[in-house]
Amino acid sequence: MKLLSTKATCNSHGQDSSYFLGWQEYEKNPYDEVMNPEGIIQMGLAENQLSFDLIESWLDKNPDVPGFKSNGKSIFRELALFQDYHGLPSFKKELVDFMAEIRGNKVTFDPNHIVLTAGSTPANETLMFCLAEKGEAFLLPTPYYPGFDRDLKWRTGVEIVPIQCTSSNNFQITEPALQQAYQDAKKRNLRVKGVLVTNPSNPLGTTMSRSELNLLIDFIKDKNMHLISDEIYSGTVYSSPGFVSVMEILKERNDLKDCDVPVGDRVHVVYSLSKDLGLPGFRVGAIYSENEVVVGAATKMSSFGLVSSQTQYLLSAMLGDKKFTKNYISENQKRLKRRQRMLVSGLQKAGISCLKTNNAGLFCWVDMSHLLHSNTFEAEMDLWKKILYEVRLNISPGASCHCTEPGWFRMCFANMSEDTLNLAMKRLKAFVAAESNDNACSKRTSRRKSLSNWVFRLSSRDHREQEER
Amino acid sequence: MALLNKNTHQLLSKIATNDKHGENSPYFDGWKAYNSNPFHPTKNPQGVIQMGLAENQLCFDLIEEWIRNNPKASICTKEGVNCFKYIANFQDYHGLPEFRKAVANFMSKVRGGRVRFDPDRILMSGGATGANELIMFCLADPGDAFLVPSPYYPAFVRDLCWRTRAQLIPVECHSSNNFKITTEALDEAYNKAKEDNINVKGLIITNPSNPLGTTMDRETLKSIVGFINEKNIHLVCDEIYAATVFRAPSFVSVSEVMHEIEHCNSDLIHIIYSLSKDLGLPGFRVGIVYSYNDGVVNNGRKMSSFGLVSSQTQHFLAALLSDENFVERFLAESSRRLAARHSHFTKGLEKVNITCLPSNAGLFCWMNLRSLLKEKTFEGEMMQWRLIINEVKLNVSPGSSFDCSEPGWYRVCFANMDDETVDVALKRIRAFVGKETGKPVELKRCKSNLRLSFSSRRFDENVMSPHMMSPHSPMPHSPLVRAT
Repeated sequence: MKLLSTKATCNSHGQDSSYFLGWQEYEKNPYDEVMNPEGIIQMGLAENQLSFDLIESWLDKNPDVPGFKSNGKSIFRELALFQDYHGLPSFKKELVDFMAEIRGNKVTFDPNHIVLTAGSTPANETLMFCLAEKGEAFLLPTPYYPGFDRDLKWRTGVEIVPIQCTSSNNFQITEPALQQAYQDAKKRNLRVKGVLVTNPSNPLGTTMSRSELNLLIDFIKDKNMHLISDEIYSGTVYSSPGFVSVMEILKERNDLKDCDVPVGDRVHVVYSLSKDLGLPGFRVGAIYSENEVVVGAATKMSSFGLVSSQTQYLLSAMLGDKKFTKNYISENQKRLKRRQRMLVSGLQKAGISCLKTNNAGLFCWVDMSHLLHSNTFEAEMDLWKKILYEVRLNISPGASCHCTEPGWFRMCFANMSEDTLNLAMKRLKAFVAAESNDNACSKRTSRRKSLSNWVFRLSSRDHREQEER
Repeated sequence: MALLNKNTHQLLSKIATNDKHGENSPYFDGWKAYNSNPFHPTKNPQGVIQMGLAENQLCFDLIEEWIRNNPKASICTKEGVNCFKYIANFQDYHGLPEFRKAVANFMSKVRGGRVRFDPDRILMSGGATGANELIMFCLADPGDAFLVPSPYYPAFVRDLCWRTRAQLIPVECHSSNNFKITTEALDEAYNKAKEDNINVKGLIITNPSNPLGTTMDRETLKSIVGFINEKNIHLVCDEIYAATVFRAPSFVSVSEVMHEIEHCNSDLIHIIYSLSKDLGLPGFRVGIVYSYNDGVVNNGRKMSSFGLVSSQTQHFLAALLSDENFVERFLAESSRRLAARHSHFTKGLEKVNITCLPSNAGLFCWMNLRSLLKEKTFEGEMMQWRLIINEVKLNVSPGSSFDCSEPGWYRVCFANMDDETVDVALKRIRAFVGKETGKPVELKRCKSNLRLSFSSRRFDENVMSPHMMSPHSPMPHSPLVRAT
């Protein structure tokens, strides 16, 4: 008898993909300014490390919080015991106020409709468990966050069917693409339960336009399905057009109630403090839905991954300081904008362009297709490996994000110092210059030679990857 | 609350709309009664006393003192804030190495240093709730079954079966041998499942037991390990009450016994742990899966992404649990306080001839009210239970909620309240017994006996009145009652 479950022995966790391989190589040889200046620079991790000083300064001014004190009285006992899956009321209130503030207070959220989860990872999985099951699918625009293959599919049995987006219109979702995806699902005998989008997008680093959002609402209204909007990067929008949440669209339209189940009951938002506040270690995620049945079921499921009460308490105090949140949101966006400019200009100097609509997120979506030796994903993989092992930058290849066109890469810029970013750009520039020198020297033979060196360096793991894709 | 109409049903998954979360069970009436009328010594002395929550509230002062003396353990204090950035950023599903090391050492200490645990086999999860679900996802496919000795923790149904779609097969235990598991019972349950074409993947035991409060003896544990080896099925040992053992016999963990079984396949052995009961920190959501199976460790670790422990909490606990002096003092003092509380409570019950299953662990007693059942059936138990909730105003958990095979048993928690509340609860139980048996309650004189005499007199006069204990009773309240 098979000892472990099918889930434990398959690889639907998706962690054999190059996205995670790059991480592993980085772990083996991580860059350090002093200890390992030749090491691999991590540009594959969408972390926001730019604004910790603001939080540290807040902590300095608020000494009561760490001592588990409220108004001088110890609340340790209450916190230690607090395991109510409804969440700490004060924290939920501050969280929804924060979410509203990020949206310019154009929408408000009801704290009774928020479900707290240990990060957005379980938030997304929980929504899948609530809305779909085996034999059913969600449509996702490509390129999308590689972790979705694990979060949405692994233990739930739900399938993802891609909505193919292309660079011809900056990867925006179009109606034909939506309809095509829907038909693709039908051909695979999958019942489509909804669409999941990330807005702002990971890996594109763009906000969704109003027309895209309206298109999606029209689509789910017509097909009687759900829309999940993963808005975990909503606070990282640093230039125009600003952020428009799906909740704003719902508020604006007045044609959404004349269906079996009102559209408002079929739209669900996922949030987290990992990106906007740069606190991924604290595991703070949330599901927001006007659908009370979904909220009820998701709340019960949140038992499998509640937010630590000491963390809820710390954050309710921090987010409750409106002066702090106002300043943090704006200062953080300024710093992200500045950092993105640095990366874009550094790439330009290397003759590399990014998606020009990039206005949000912690990364750029970079076009290196002109550096591919052929317009194929094999060539993209070859280039990625060169960049990983030779240039010593860990960046994420578009194929790992299910991009339809080879040559695109996601490069993160908010998880390192300015000096490190400059060094990364220097290395890349040198690499591109060397590559074009190679080209100038005619050199199919020499390139094939260097390619076969790479082939020698391939581990059996890499072979498996190629087959799996 | 939106009504579940047909459209909603189709729109949502079966899991979201079925009852397998277990919260529609009638046993939640006790919780509802408590929530709507919670006891408070001064603000609501007639309220319902919560005795259905297995919390350990006896040793917070020790931890609070440690926190005051160790400001570095917090990433928010001046002393500790230099770690803030690193910790706030740390989301590696391997967990902080110092946290895993500290947990491994703590687990070893709790077992008297008789076994060592490898920090690299420690997986995190969202409390024991998350840990139980995680191990199930690793070991069982939809439709597969796990054997579970009854009586068992009711939420196992949710934790092990709801989203995993596995199933539980109870193995009945009986009071005739103090609810010990026998290999005969295991064999019978296993064979019946086979006949019914159910694929049994494993057995889950809780040791020390919830709700029994007993530790498993070495021989029984060995026979269980022998059983699962013979059948080549998994053994999941939920050891979350390991440090609540307060008197002999001492705790014997499966980790100790597995090496005594010849050809024991360690790939079949898994331990569930948590800090919610032993340390009294359920709010911090620290669940641990410890597996001797490499496949489970590697894949389970990836699954732990769905419920990692907050890095702020990992950092704090790494410091707390690495303090060997503190850990030793804490374990000894916690044991002592639990022993004292258990003794006080059980002796208080004995005064009115209420016995409990002899126990040496846990945060509760397995109380025997069979002699007071009007009908020796589960309907009789439900009637008795509703009386206890509504009139005696104690939220206790009836044995049937634990799938006990015999009516009349109750799990009564005693570690989630102060001494005074325990005394109020005992008084109420004694009064209830007096009423049920028709005997007036006679007690040694003590400073509060005036109040007691009054209540017992009331019972003599109005034995059948259903609302005697209610603050809204039409009976005039004595100035003595108002004064308390």
